[in-house]
Amino acid sequence: MTWLLALILLPLVGAAAVAGLRGNDRLATLTAFGFSLATLLLVVPLWAGYEPAGDRMQQTSSVEWIPQFGIHFAFGIDGIALVMIAVIALLVPLVIGVLGVTDKLPEGRSAGGYLSLLLVQQSLTIGVFAATDVFLFYVLFEVMLIPMYFLIGAYGGPNRQYAAVKFFLYSFLGGLIMLASVIGSYVLAADELGEGTFDWATLVSVVSDAPLGTQVWLFLGFFLAFAVKAPLVPLHTWLPDAAGQAPIGVAVVLVGVLDKVGTFGFLRYCLPMFPAASVELAPLVLTLAVAGVLYGSVLAAGQQDMKRFIAYVSIAHFGFIALGIFAFTTQAQVGSVTYMVNHSLATGMLILVVGMVIARGGSSTISDYGGMAKLTPLLGGMMLLAGLATLALPGTNAFVSEFLVLLGAFESRPVFAVLAVLGMVLAAVYVLWLYQRVMQGPVRGDALVGAGGGPGAVQAPETGARKAIRDTSPRELAVLAPLIVLIIGLGLYPKPVVDVVTPSVEATLSAVQEGDER
Amino acid sequence: MFGAQVTALSPPSVDYTAILPVLIVLGAAAVGVLLEAFVPRNLRWSVQVTVSLVALAGAGIALGAYVPGAPAQGVTTMVDTLAIDAPALFLWGTLLALAFAALLFIAERTVEPGGAFVSQAALRGAAGGGGSVTTGVPGTAGGRAGAAPADGTRGMQTEVFPLTLFALGGMMTFVAANDLLTMFIALEVLSLPLYLMCGLARRRRLLSQESAVKYFLLGAFASAFFLYGVALLYGYAGSVRLGDIATAAAGSDRSDTLLFAGFGLLVVGLLFKGSVGPFHAWTPDVYQGAPTSVTGFMAACTKVAAFGAMLRVLYVGFEGTSWEWRGVLWAVAIVSMAVGAVLGLTQRDVKRMIAYSSIAHAGFLVIGVMTLSDSGLAATMFYLLAYGFTTLAAFAVVSLVRDADGEATDLSSWAGLAKRSPLIAGVFTFLLFALAGIPLTSGFVGKFVVFSAALGEGLAPLVVLALVFSAVAAFFYLRVVVVMYLTEPAAGGASVTVPGAFTTITIAAGTIVTLLLGIYPGFALEWAGAGGFAF
Repeated sequence: MTWLLALILLPLVGAAAVAGLRGNDRLATLTAFGFSLATLLLVVPLWAGYEPAGDRMQQTSSVEWIPQFGIHFAFGIDGIALVMIAVIALLVPLVIGVLGVTDKLPEGRSAGGYLSLLLVQQSLTIGVFAATDVFLFYVLFEVMLIPMYFLIGAYGGPNRQYAAVKFFLYSFLGGLIMLASVIGSYVLAADELGEGTFDWATLVSVVSDAPLGTQVWLFLGFFLAFAVKAPLVPLHTWLPDAAGQAPIGVAVVLVGVLDKVGTFGFLRYCLPMFPAASVELAPLVLTLAVAGVLYGSVLAAGQQDMKRFIAYVSIAHFGFIALGIFAFTTQAQVGSVTYMVNHSLATGMLILVVGMVIARGGSSTISDYGGMAKLTPLLGGMMLLAGLATLALPGTNAFVSEFLVLLGAFESRPVFAVLAVLGMVLAAVYVLWLYQRVMQGPVRGDALVGAGGGPGAVQAPETGARKAIRDTSPRELAVLAPLIVLIIGLGLYPKPVVDVVTPSVEATLSAVQEGDER
Repeated sequence: MFGAQVTALSPPSVDYTAILPVLIVLGAAAVGVLLEAFVPRNLRWSVQVTVSLVALAGAGIALGAYVPGAPAQGVTTMVDTLAIDAPALFLWGTLLALAFAALLFIAERTVEPGGAFVSQAALRGAAGGGGSVTTGVPGTAGGRAGAAPADGTRGMQTEVFPLTLFALGGMMTFVAANDLLTMFIALEVLSLPLYLMCGLARRRRLLSQESAVKYFLLGAFASAFFLYGVALLYGYAGSVRLGDIATAAAGSDRSDTLLFAGFGLLVVGLLFKGSVGPFHAWTPDVYQGAPTSVTGFMAACTKVAAFGAMLRVLYVGFEGTSWEWRGVLWAVAIVSMAVGAVLGLTQRDVKRMIAYSSIAHAGFLVIGVMTLSDSGLAATMFYLLAYGFTTLAAFAVVSLVRDADGEATDLSSWAGLAKRSPLIAGVFTFLLFALAGIPLTSGFVGKFVVFSAALGEGLAPLVVLALVFSAVAAFFYLRVVVVMYLTEPAAGGASVTVPGAFTTITIAAGTIVTLLLGIYPGFALEWAGAGGFAF
């Protein structure tokens, strides 16, 4: 058994164990936390054993599944998959760490169900990144929706049912259209080889030779599914609802990792399998990407709700990532892949911090807050740091990625790059404006003063604020600490991540160039 | 003069081992009728159930014994009226397995005291005893007249068992019929018992009887269409054998009008039985009105029979002329998927919702039938197997959710069901996911194999449409999940009755098959792909 398989199976075992502990929330949380930490530890040998200069796919394993269609349980990782697996392995324990402190489950729901769904989600997500059989990828891609659907629908905010159903239907429709392309690629390969297969490498070699017309149709099927996942405008409307209604921890996993499956799909499937179509349709994708950057930024500035705000910020960032991928230069694509990691860290931290704010004030509306930094200086500092990482200040991790994306894109697509720079400017505006409204100025707002506290609220004489509002607890700090270390660490020294992903990105790009020249 | 000819007549050779399963089923049905007449009332239920189940098991064993030694290209027997080939054997196996599970479900009598069925005679006795004026017409919803049989035993009206066996025998003959006249007779043998069974519901009698009449009238029309089509085709080819029709159509200057008019009428009859839109109008009413166990049997087995026959007719009789009729089936498939998916969205009744879902699934099946390729044949048959078990188990679950008035099929009374019975809600959710075609269920594998066969034959636009309609249909399956899991229980809502052993087996079998075919479909795909038609 490879480390990779252990990494996929361990959370499943954890889920089963936790599901049995429905009665005892504390024990369930501890057990789930233990399993997620063990999963995180498994990443260490996986990362250590990965050789960037080695084979395209490493840690491979394959077992026959449905022989009639040449389907295998086949797993393996390249550098891109490796870093994404590392990210989810890191985020899940953090998310479990805030359960019960920052994240409160709705009345009558036990932690056991929530945690077991979360661990299943983790296992499936790792599987999606690791699958090297296209059919298996599709299966996991669709099944992954089910735990998330219940996580949002059963444990989310007041409008959770609507959000969960919308999330599911958007993704499911996208997935079904991808299914048409998956089968189409299979049929193409079966005609060519005489025997059908879903093996990724074989499909890539066969399908990338197909005529442009065929490629365009198949590309669109995959693209649509991924564009829903990594929400590109105009397929993004589910994300603000889903992220806005989801519990904080689930929002971290959703925005931080699940949505990256879309951009991961562009790199793993769209580009190598359909190189000619990718080049042909790149202007369309780039237009959507830049539209996303600008549209997401403008709408983020106009949001009243902090969680929806983060969703729109993410839409803007996904625009950046898509821009880098379809600019077809090594710099831009390396930028995009590192951005996938850095966005998870920065946005993950921002969501957690916002969750802590909401847990204190009991409201997610921005105008219910004001001057909170006076009451909770440490939390204010955390929010500033997460915000600065989000707007890609030099010295934070996101800056490196954003800079690489823009630099690389400017070489090949100057117009789009220049338009996207506007997005960076807007980011500074909306992030700092949010910080200013929530944290700066005199203490004000229903969530902090008087009315929001209800009749029993005791007010502190000097500020007029409710006494119950305390600064970050040690546990919350412990959850945020790894993110802070990584945000600053990768901002100053991004080499570990860049080195791991660069060979995979180069392989992807060379596939595009070869395919395009044919 | 004629004497010489008479002596030359020899009895047709019959391959008894090949048709033994059908003989057992029909024989047991005949025995069942006699038992109904002679066995004392208090013993009937146990005797009938035993006889029926033993017959089905025996037929299954006979089939299992025949299959390993069966000639690879199949045999025709009874003067070539029956073709026992690989598809026929697969469909027989499917039908027998489904019927076994359905029969257990029908035999259940703990969920509804005394079982779900009532005979007209018993009803009259009860109504007369109660001094009711309107004999035989108790109220519809919640009408509880006849809830207790006249003699007060906890027995159950048992004519349903021989009826089921007759219908099953008809279905098995239907999918193996090599000529159209045999097929017509089999159609009647399978239909007539079903009409009766639909009207047997103990509760909501008016609804049940209405559904029986509706099914009967429309079914009679469809049979007439079918028969008229057979007549025209006989006029065209001079034979009712499918192989002869194909030969006649292959190279001749005969009237195409006769051929295509005949074909059209014939197919209308088959599409009606398969509840394919636009010939679906009976489906929601009948599915809703019939006793749920009968609905389960109908939904699973009739679908298999109708599509099995359709496969044979199109593959054997009309493959050569496919260019001329393919366009029509394109339209039929699209209409069926659209009707099922879109109208399904507006349903508030769970049974009607599953009925519309079956119409949408019929559309997907038509796509599989249209491929006219070996992979399409195997895919369609796999789909039938998968769909049959899923839908049967789904109806079995529906029969458990009850309130004071019997089955609570209105969606609103399912609110918060997951809190009260997490297991049943979980099973039903899984079955709904299978109907929606989500991976790791048999429904997904079925869709996958059908659509890959269709794409291989260049039906790409149809496949894309089918996928879009799958997504539309997913919405109404999901709505049930939302109601069960994410809404608060309503006061006075339904509760789940503890199922008896029989229904438990039905649900467990359906769920396990759905899961097994979803995770490990290889073996069933191999059986389904064992070979083509003999003729």
